[in-house]
Amino acid sequence: MRKLALSDEILLSIEKPARYIGNEINMVKKDPNAVKIRFAICFPDVYEIGMSHLGIQILYDMLNKREDIYCERVYSPWIDLDTIMREQKIPLFAIESQEPIYTFDFIGITLQYEMCYTNILQILDLGKIPLLAKDRKEQDPIVIGGGPCSYNPEPLADFFDLFYIGEGETVYFQLMDAYKENQRQGGTRLTFLERAAEIPGIYVPAFYQISYYPDGTIQKREVIHSPAKEKIQKELVLDLSDTFYPEKPLVPFIKVTQDRVVLEIQRGCIRGCRFCQAGMIYRPVRERSLKFLKNMACKMLYSTGQEEISLSSLSSSDYSKLKELVSFLIEEFQGQGINLSLPSLRIDAFSLDVMSKVQDIRKSSLTFAPEAGSQRLRDVINKGLTKEVILNGATEAFHGGWNRVKLYFMLGLPTETTEDMEEIAVLADEIARVYYAEIPKEQRQGKVQITVSTSFFIPKPFTPFQWAPMCTKEEFLEKARIVNGKIRSMLNQKSITYHWHEADVSVLEGVLARGDRKVSKVILSAYQKGCLYDAWSEYFDEKKWMEAFEENGIDPAFYTTRVREVEEILPWDFIDVGVTKEFLIREWRQAKKEVVTPNCKESCSGCGANVFGGGVCYENKG
Amino acid sequence: MKIRVKFAKRGEMRFIGHLDIMRYFQKAIRRAKVAIAYSEGFSPHQKMSFAAPLGVGLVSEGEYFDIEVYTSYSSSKMIAALNEVMAEGIEVLSWKRLPEQAKNAMSFVAAADYRLTFREGYQPEKLEDFYQGFLSFLSNDSILTIKKTKKGERELDLKPFIYQATIEKEGSIFLQVCTGSSNNIKPELVLQTYYEKVLQMEMPKFAFQAQRLEIYANIGTEEEKKFVPLEALGDEID
Repeated sequence: MRKLALSDEILLSIEKPARYIGNEINMVKKDPNAVKIRFAICFPDVYEIGMSHLGIQILYDMLNKREDIYCERVYSPWIDLDTIMREQKIPLFAIESQEPIYTFDFIGITLQYEMCYTNILQILDLGKIPLLAKDRKEQDPIVIGGGPCSYNPEPLADFFDLFYIGEGETVYFQLMDAYKENQRQGGTRLTFLERAAEIPGIYVPAFYQISYYPDGTIQKREVIHSPAKEKIQKELVLDLSDTFYPEKPLVPFIKVTQDRVVLEIQRGCIRGCRFCQAGMIYRPVRERSLKFLKNMACKMLYSTGQEEISLSSLSSSDYSKLKELVSFLIEEFQGQGINLSLPSLRIDAFSLDVMSKVQDIRKSSLTFAPEAGSQRLRDVINKGLTKEVILNGATEAFHGGWNRVKLYFMLGLPTETTEDMEEIAVLADEIARVYYAEIPKEQRQGKVQITVSTSFFIPKPFTPFQWAPMCTKEEFLEKARIVNGKIRSMLNQKSITYHWHEADVSVLEGVLARGDRKVSKVILSAYQKGCLYDAWSEYFDEKKWMEAFEENGIDPAFYTTRVREVEEILPWDFIDVGVTKEFLIREWRQAKKEVVTPNCKESCSGCGANVFGGGVCYENKG
Repeated sequence: MKIRVKFAKRGEMRFIGHLDIMRYFQKAIRRAKVAIAYSEGFSPHQKMSFAAPLGVGLVSEGEYFDIEVYTSYSSSKMIAALNEVMAEGIEVLSWKRLPEQAKNAMSFVAAADYRLTFREGYQPEKLEDFYQGFLSFLSNDSILTIKKTKKGERELDLKPFIYQATIEKEGSIFLQVCTGSSNNIKPELVLQTYYEKVLQMEMPKFAFQAQRLEIYANIGTEEEKKFVPLEALGDEID
């Protein structure tokens, strides 16, 4: 029997010891001495968040399918344990074997959001692994980054030995084989990185040098170590119905954020909203077959005993076989006490019918994400949702018995005017009016409850808005004040609740999202000052971050509010996501002209993603 | 039909709390394809009730819950099916059919057996003296202590609620104490009182590893108690 890395005294003094002991249902058990490669896969946030992530489960399952690899998990220790580990000098360990991760061959860290960057340094630091890639020695693990934020890996360039750009299912085995071959030939860390650099999708940041103009923008990006590639093309799974998927996902003991099995029905999105990074980097849209999904749903539910299954995709209503899939799941599992959860559905007759079958109408709410208040601004962002669609959907839903509506918007979008912001309040009020006009008093279940939430727009790489200036903190807060004031002046203001996101976190996210290599040292300083769990508002410390910027002579405004010209070399330009820069420039210009671009199923707009030779690009247009 | 399940919670599973063990068994029941009955409504839940919560850190050889099922194979088959899908450290020990009119396990709980063992490094130098002192302390006519409850603190005489106390050959303490919704006595409280009243010191927080051995129902009277293990109230299914 394995020995736990933490003593009883520690485990019984901290919150939720189950975060650190493993032994969950479907945990993979192997003899660590009987494998060639030890891989620690890491989500740099607390266990409950990390365990809810599908990507990790896919890679965990995939890597462990190989007998010569033992893939184990590691998450950020929560603040209570973090303190104890530092005081008692306990090295960070992997959950499965409870052995220190510095003994591993690889640490693979998923980069899901920018605000986890200081947690990456926590993992390395507690793991007794040098924070900077250049300080690592032969026996130190190779540190890999992957996931959506690796599409601009530059702010993290100093901390990683290599980045895997794109979808994880394709070249990991090739990378592992290169490692084994390198060891067999008595190679070094450097010779391995050279081999890795030849594999498609693999980016070794140390093999490049960037020079800057005096104004701080990039002058030149050079390969300084052969055989590194000039351009890194993202990796992509062409056939999603013939690939790795976890038939036996892990079942945590404690309640986690996604406490259910997740069925990813498709990857990518046809919509092309101009602010949305996922909508661009996962192009082209690829669906999984009905047969594959039915089979996986059954296997996962039986192997886990979970009571809920959730369909996952960026826009589930666009999945062509949604009706068949949903009726299969309802018929197959409804008598067995299994719930079906359907996020990201468009509100229409079909979805209302399904929702009335699978959830309690009195307790559930309708969600619309118009993102912008006015039709003009919705055209700018290419969000093909009209007021008529929203009001019609709401009308049908109110007749069906719903009386709670959630509305999501962004503030600070390019070209936004005061009028656009005020339209948010007007739209919310109109929905309330529909309720009171359509539903007779005696049939109402109390007041209609409308919740308006706004987040602040943060321009992201590989979107048509990647050149857009971001607002300052003060501007953001002023915008929220305008929306709030307008809502409070509406007729039905008592039926409307308004929430807005914190602005200081958004500013930092903006810097990290579009940052270059110079930002690495700011992240390091912020961590050394004690910044950690920045995604958790109770731990985010803006003051320390601002000190870190100042001490390193970096002006956050250079990355956020500065106007970028389309000629500028952007830090992430060396990555090829399929969607071309020409297309993004065209879309940026169309946005300013308020011209809408059709979605991929209506007609092809020539974004460039057809270069991969599959997906929606090669399907018949209806 | 009503079924009473007995299980053991060992090793690392001691760090999993009571509510999580309930959630764990809801999933395990589904994995084992037990024909359990669900409540009506939009979020149906399994008809399941646990006898007595076990605190985080404790292990046990005698935990219980009752469920309602539509059909059942033989007890041995059901035990095997459940153990097929258990996490390491949890073992199903018995599967008994209860009489239809039986009340749930929780309402029956009257007493429980515990074994307390010193954790490594916490054993007193003079172990004999420690135990002698403990037993003579328990032979007092009354054992007053302060019990902390949700409502605050109250003084309580432990004496009538300690049914048995012995020192076992292996050097551990055996205690049988009152358990259940009224006057639930944690074994640590008995030890803690000894430390405070006799040894004049605070009990080290992690001094003992506690193990629950069995939970009992009282089939006698309040005056003349007769304890039987909860599983004895059901019958084996052949």
